[in-house]
Amino acid sequence: MTEIHMPRLSDTMEEGVISTWRKQVGDQINRGDVVADIETDKAVMEMEAYDDGVLEKILIAEGETVPIGVPIGIMGDGSGAAAAAGTSGGGSDGSTGGSATTAASSESGSTETASPDTAAPRSAASTESDADPRERPKASPLARAVAREKGVDLSTVTGTGPGGRIIRVDIEAAAEATTDTESSRQSAPEPQPTERSESHQQSQDLEEIPLSNIRKVTARRLTESKQQAPHFYLTSAVDVTDLVSFRSDLNERLQASGGPKVSVNDLVVKACATALRANPSVNVSFRDEKLFQHNRVHLGVAVALDSGLVVPVIPDADRKSVSEIAAEGKEKAERARDGKLKPDEMSGSTFSVSNLGMFGIEEFSAVINPPEAAILAVGATREEVQVHDGEFVVRKMMRMTLSADHRAVDGAVGAVFMQQLTSLLQDPIRIIA
Amino acid sequence: MAVITYRQALHDTLREEMLSDENVFLIGEEIGVFEGSYKITAGLLEEFGEKRVRDTPIAEEGFVGAAVGAAMLGLRPVVELMTINFSLLALDQIVNHAAKIYGMFGGQSNAPMVLRTPGGGGQQLGATHSQNIELYYAFVPGLKVVAPSTPADARALLKASLADNDPVLFLENLALYNTKGEVPDDMPPAEIGRAGVTRTGSDITIIGYSRMATVATQVADQLGEEGISAEVIDLRSLRPLDRETLVESVRKTGCAVIAEDDWLTYGIGAEIAASISDGAFDYLDAPVRRVAAAEVPLPYAKPLERAALPSAESLNAAVRQTLDAVGHRR
Repeated sequence: MTEIHMPRLSDTMEEGVISTWRKQVGDQINRGDVVADIETDKAVMEMEAYDDGVLEKILIAEGETVPIGVPIGIMGDGSGAAAAAGTSGGGSDGSTGGSATTAASSESGSTETASPDTAAPRSAASTESDADPRERPKASPLARAVAREKGVDLSTVTGTGPGGRIIRVDIEAAAEATTDTESSRQSAPEPQPTERSESHQQSQDLEEIPLSNIRKVTARRLTESKQQAPHFYLTSAVDVTDLVSFRSDLNERLQASGGPKVSVNDLVVKACATALRANPSVNVSFRDEKLFQHNRVHLGVAVALDSGLVVPVIPDADRKSVSEIAAEGKEKAERARDGKLKPDEMSGSTFSVSNLGMFGIEEFSAVINPPEAAILAVGATREEVQVHDGEFVVRKMMRMTLSADHRAVDGAVGAVFMQQLTSLLQDPIRIIA
Repeated sequence: MAVITYRQALHDTLREEMLSDENVFLIGEEIGVFEGSYKITAGLLEEFGEKRVRDTPIAEEGFVGAAVGAAMLGLRPVVELMTINFSLLALDQIVNHAAKIYGMFGGQSNAPMVLRTPGGGGQQLGATHSQNIELYYAFVPGLKVVAPSTPADARALLKASLADNDPVLFLENLALYNTKGEVPDDMPPAEIGRAGVTRTGSDITIIGYSRMATVATQVADQLGEEGISAEVIDLRSLRPLDRETLVESVRKTGCAVIAEDDWLTYGIGAEIAASISDGAFDYLDAPVRRVAAAEVPLPYAKPLERAALPSAESLNAAVRQTLDAVGHRR
């Protein structure tokens, strides 16, 4: 018998959703076969089998979320014995909650006929109630009492007592850690009584939307960022008249040679990378009370999806041509929309660019994507009346705002970066120099 | 206020009670001419005469039975059983008669008597002379069992025992006779069934009685020097048991260690652990831990005897294990 566990598919992954079971109970699985699609905090990944066998039981249904390491299915020789034996092992770390038992019990009919002696008592127990004591997290009575009082879900807490028992200090730490974050509100087992009565009244008008993993992670990380990183903002107005004509010129030439079209954003990304190379003190991170200098320039480019925000990374953007950046950015954004971007393609950026110009937003300030020290928010290009040599002239203007973490970057350092970036964008031939 | 020994406190209180109530008399082996094996009754025969201080043959069932009869007829006997080990010979009189008189006869009669007896090991007296079998009596409804750990408690509890209309097993401990403590002159009788919180603390509750209550206090002091705040409860009375004080303390600290000189299995610690579980389950952050004697007939050889009995070191270690289990950060 082999248990299939929720795999750890990225460094930041803590739990995953079974997006699709590609195999059904009874299917033969060969090593390397794709068993299921797993939605992580960043992407939908294919999960391959490590062993040969027959899928005898699905413990976690599609759409359910479980922490990494939790058994999600059982493989055996096809006799059904593994599934029967596995019922007690399924969800052994207690975090699977009701979904595991529901899924398990829906399959139990066939396994009981296969080996009634061993299967029946276990299956009966698991169908009885979803509060199977074997699946309860180990917690001291005091920890349980405090958890009830503070509204902490025991299954979200890691115990530090003997044998992993959850003790009072664990609950207190968990309650403290999650007081302000979105995720705590999500994991709290029940809303406060006042909220509950309110939601009861408004049940017609108000409906809870289950958080996608991307939304959860975004909420957690950006809350951390805004809470921990002291943001300051520098806004510059860039005269992009030349940049816009440079871009059309460039695109004509690229098209003639069969190359991809370059967007204003691609030019901004390339200019940022160049300016970062020239201003290494902005290409830094602040983490665990330490300042780190990045010797390579990896640019994250924010892409809005229906399910949330993802930031594909263009590694070594300073060493790539604008057309390479354009091609790579386009390809990664498309895969991000399909949820096929790999986690490592979304991590490791040292600076990010967020552009809402296409929505007509003139100017905004973005939240830093930790542990980066800064992010550039790019607005729309529009024609404005400017004064040049005492005359009114119409110029194309674009506003961009740098959000910087003051722990890592000082105002003047950020200002010099913005000055150089502005100067590059106003003299676009230098961007590709 | 005087600093006197536990032994002296017992002697003085007995004498005082005999002076104030002529119905109080002493009965037991070698308490008169020999002045008691542990000299608690020194000088009393001379002062009060043979009518009030009765030497007996070596016949425990006989003289305990005589005391039961005397108590039923209005006297207030104080029986000295040379050691608790010998009380087994009088078990029928204590358990089957003294304890049942009030209840079995519909309250028409009672047996107000005190059975004083030392117990405990550590004196190299061998297995049959070193037991802590107070549990046998604490088990029986109709009896009261008290176990003072300090000279002041010895005085206050002996007064209360003599005033009580039920038979009281008054447990002394050989290891405590020479311990000293302050005893106020005008000390009121204690309330039987009320435990003492002898150290207040917030991190852990240590519960003991008799000798182990003094060891618990010692350990609490050691821990206090390291910034660990241990609360110590001296049970004082094994029956009735002050569950309220125990539960209140554990509700405050979240964990408890029980120290007892007797054997672990089915012991008094088990009763206390059950009481805590019943009254403070939702306040427990760790299982209740017990420190007790090794489950062997107590060895005669000194190092073996010492190894078999619970000590300050073993209690200290148990407290630390429990504190580790609740993540107490020192």
